[in-house]
Amino acid sequence: MAIPVYATPLERAWTWAYRIGCGLIFLFLIAPILIIIPLSFNAEPYFTFTDAMLSFDPAGYSMRWYETLLTFGMNRPDAPGGAAWWADVWHNAAWVQAAKNSIIIGVSATLLATLLGTIAALGLSRPEMPFRRTIMAVLISPMIVPVIITATGLYFFYSATGLANSYAGIILAHATLGIPFVIITVTATLVGFDHSLTRAAMNLGASPPRVFFRIIMPLILPGVVSGALFAFVTSFDEVVVVLFVAAHDQQTIPRQMWNGIREQISPAILAAATLLVIFSIILLTTVELLRRRSERLRGIKQS
Amino acid sequence: MFLKKLLATSALVALGAAGAQAGEITVMSWGGAYTKSQVEAYQKPWMEATGNKVVSVDADNPATPIKPQVEAGNVTIDIADVEYSDAVRLCDEGLLEEIDASALPPAPDGTPAEEDFIDGALTDCAVANIVWSTIYAYDTTKFPDSPPTTMADFFDLEKFPGKRGMRKAAKANLEMALMADGVPAEEVYDLLETDEGVDRAFAKLDTIKDSVVWWEAGAQPPQLLADGEVVMTTAYNGRIFNAAVGEDKPFQIVWDGQIMDFDLFVIPKGAPNKELAMDFLKFSTGTKPLADQASWISYGPARKSSGALVGTFMDGKTEMAPHMPTAEANMGNALVNDFEFWADRDTELSERFNAWLASS
Amino acid sequence: MPEARTAAPLRTADGVPLKTALARAQRRAKWRAAGLVLPLLLFILASFVIPIGQMLFRSVSNDEFSSHMPHMVAWFAENGDAEPDDAAWEALVLDLRQAREDRTIGLIGTRVNYELSGTRSLFTSTARKAEDMEPPYREALLDADEDWADPELWGVMRRASSPYTDAFYLAAVDRTRDATGSVEMVDENRQVYVAIFWRTLVLSVTIALLCLLLGYPIAHLLATLPMRYSNLLMILVLLPFWTSLLVRTTSWMVLLQSQGVVNDVLVWIGIIGEDGRIQMMYNQAGTVIAMTHILLPFMILPLYSVMRTIPPSYARAARSLGATSWTTFRRIYLPQTVPGMGAGILLVFILAVGYYITPALVGGTTGTLISNLIAFHMQESHNWSLAAALAGILLAAVLLLYWLYDRLVGIDNMKLG
Repeated sequence: MAIPVYATPLERAWTWAYRIGCGLIFLFLIAPILIIIPLSFNAEPYFTFTDAMLSFDPAGYSMRWYETLLTFGMNRPDAPGGAAWWADVWHNAAWVQAAKNSIIIGVSATLLATLLGTIAALGLSRPEMPFRRTIMAVLISPMIVPVIITATGLYFFYSATGLANSYAGIILAHATLGIPFVIITVTATLVGFDHSLTRAAMNLGASPPRVFFRIIMPLILPGVVSGALFAFVTSFDEVVVVLFVAAHDQQTIPRQMWNGIREQISPAILAAATLLVIFSIILLTTVELLRRRSERLRGIKQS
Repeated sequence: MFLKKLLATSALVALGAAGAQAGEITVMSWGGAYTKSQVEAYQKPWMEATGNKVVSVDADNPATPIKPQVEAGNVTIDIADVEYSDAVRLCDEGLLEEIDASALPPAPDGTPAEEDFIDGALTDCAVANIVWSTIYAYDTTKFPDSPPTTMADFFDLEKFPGKRGMRKAAKANLEMALMADGVPAEEVYDLLETDEGVDRAFAKLDTIKDSVVWWEAGAQPPQLLADGEVVMTTAYNGRIFNAAVGEDKPFQIVWDGQIMDFDLFVIPKGAPNKELAMDFLKFSTGTKPLADQASWISYGPARKSSGALVGTFMDGKTEMAPHMPTAEANMGNALVNDFEFWADRDTELSERFNAWLASS
Repeated sequence: MPEARTAAPLRTADGVPLKTALARAQRRAKWRAAGLVLPLLLFILASFVIPIGQMLFRSVSNDEFSSHMPHMVAWFAENGDAEPDDAAWEALVLDLRQAREDRTIGLIGTRVNYELSGTRSLFTSTARKAEDMEPPYREALLDADEDWADPELWGVMRRASSPYTDAFYLAAVDRTRDATGSVEMVDENRQVYVAIFWRTLVLSVTIALLCLLLGYPIAHLLATLPMRYSNLLMILVLLPFWTSLLVRTTSWMVLLQSQGVVNDVLVWIGIIGEDGRIQMMYNQAGTVIAMTHILLPFMILPLYSVMRTIPPSYARAARSLGATSWTTFRRIYLPQTVPGMGAGILLVFILAVGYYITPALVGGTTGTLISNLIAFHMQESHNWSLAAALAGILLAAVLLLYWLYDRLVGIDNMKLG
């Protein structure tokens, strides 16, 4: 991107304008996510920077909203600390309950989606697969169809089948929403998959399970894991289906945030959001490392 | 000796049996300070007295989840706290259990429940607990010199510039618009029965539409005022009271044009713990719990016998009586919500209201 | 020649003709592939396709009137379009009485009210009086309310006596049937859905174009920078992509509210006064800003993957042949990025038309989309048939776009991260 020597002054000006423009767009992308981090340490119940914060006065900052995350919903938040206090947090604090629910639902939905999705992707990436395109379109459609339509459909369906207000119902729904991601990432790793490897293994006498676990699995594993991560994030971030089919004691983190945003907008929401941002940074790093590993394994060079 | 042992054993058995019977009910209410007042005045004492557990859940309007739950045959709520017109409407649609008023406890002096409750507080399917009202309140720091005093002032953007908060529903807004337009309280519903009246109300709302921030949950208006998002907002009077007195916020209620309504307990048809729910309902609509609730939030008890027991706010110094919607000074220009009007017309007027909201 | 081939067909070691053996192997491979996909296909059918199908069925089927008004249904079945006679009025009174007793009158009134606004109260209030009505019933009913003579009302009741109806699809496009059964627009102050569909379309197009405008330079920069820089900058694109939707929406609320960060900064700089704080939230601006931010990565990623494959030598060749940088861009670079632009625009548009959470939180009343109305009719007004009809129209539009996307881009080429 160095400015070529033959550039006219106008072009030089343009290049600089372009760089500044790009910088502003990057700011637009990232600033909203970073801005909540300092605000979550606000000592005041406001959503904006106080004078004390701007002058870096330590009094302007506090951890009170992180404490609120722990204590909100507790039976006796004022009781002296100790095992009983933490037990109270574990059993009653609203955000802790929400986190537990989110993890239970997210992990179960991810396992289901990854298992079914990976097996199906293996079939889909075989050239012999009949109606490949149509079936692929159907399997990807949960990602495309507006969630409100899915949620509405599931609402009536679950009411009729007794799945409403059950963990099973939410898990099935979230698995459905996560499956397209697994299919896409796993088929992507299978593109350019060298089928002669499996044939060679079979020729050398390996049984089909052995071929799968020793040859195919290591190669597609990065795709499977990043698909699983996508599925997990989809479930972890999903609120519409939860709003429609979950019982009131099945609050998940996004649902808790939704309630919080609509009623009591306190910086506690920002504290939760900050934790989620850190969580997504960890996820992003994992996926990025996996992608590079996959490319290395398959011998694709970074150009 | 033997007898003593026998007694002890049977007592233990009885205890065990009571423990096994202890159940759980789910009560759905409006959230925030209002739910808290019910938890303190009704739920905790009931739990202590009976050993049962109450799960308290919140909704923007507890009447809305009832229909889907009953139709799906998947009811999870045992008791809901709803507005009058919703109670009548849900009852009309066969979605509620009927409640026998004669089973309710009498007043301490023996007056039967049917006479002890205020007129209209008992219906086929519902028992009222409180009288509340929709009022509007303003931030006193925004209007230090000449504060708003009438309903018309709420609609006067010139004299009182700034954003307004209003509930995202037709109910109460149409009445307030007409009162602001100079219609006396007693004529409001007659006028709203006519197309011209409805048109006139919407025309009045049109004048401030661009300055309105719409709220849905009862906890939002005090929040909107506190955040400075609006300078005045319609609200449930108790929420403003709790923010102003309980949290020292500079909020002032304008009682002119207040719209009074009951909140009632209903039991959805097919509630999972109907018997227990009925027991809770009888307990909490008793004279003392109703009076106790008033020390947590400024809503008037629905029983006459509770009135005398109403004391001070939980801060121990604020007398509750002058903050009640029913206080003499606040009744100057008050409207009583016409539940039949809204039971019949809510669907139609909501439809029109939504079309009006969506048109820009 | 044919004889020669049949005379000496190639055979496998166990004597099966090669052609048969190959076909068999092919078939087996096909079945094996299908067998791998089948469990998931069945899962998606059961947990996704069937529920949505059932829900859509509600848009044409509603038995709230027909199943609770047996006498009226019977009379309409016999008499069709005839003017109501004594038997009809009697049937009406009988059904009203029964409905009052069964507590179904509210449902019936609501069902008729969907098509003829203002009639719910007619049913509930007349039903309260029906118990004491004496023949002649026509006069008794008209005495209770003269609206009962309205031919339009009878037209609605006649149509509602069958559970199958197109009324909800008509209502979803602001239309209704008059007394004679022909389609007309609904009253002007009740028209809402066409406007919201239109708004959804306009806002989605706006968002897609804004994403293109912002995404194109970024994708170009990432595609042309050396890998070690572009990988770093890519994180700035991917982090929002991986961050919770609600977190991003909350951030925008923090930024945009009138006491929020953006307004504070503007006041502090002095661009606006303390009284001049700009309303950027609870309106269309809020929806557009927040959704552009949320959907931007979906534009950048497909553009980036297309741009990376464009060899820089073409542009250099054009320059060396004397083209200006603008001409080079317009004639050489831009046409090669069209597939990426198409993919990005379609993807962003498809995702935008069905958005619910963000408009619900920052859209106020003017920034809400069709999804919000579907949710309203599902959860608050409980007009489920209308919700289903609106969902049906939205779904049809999305599937059409999806088909287009598949034809133009191919779902195989969808990339994530």
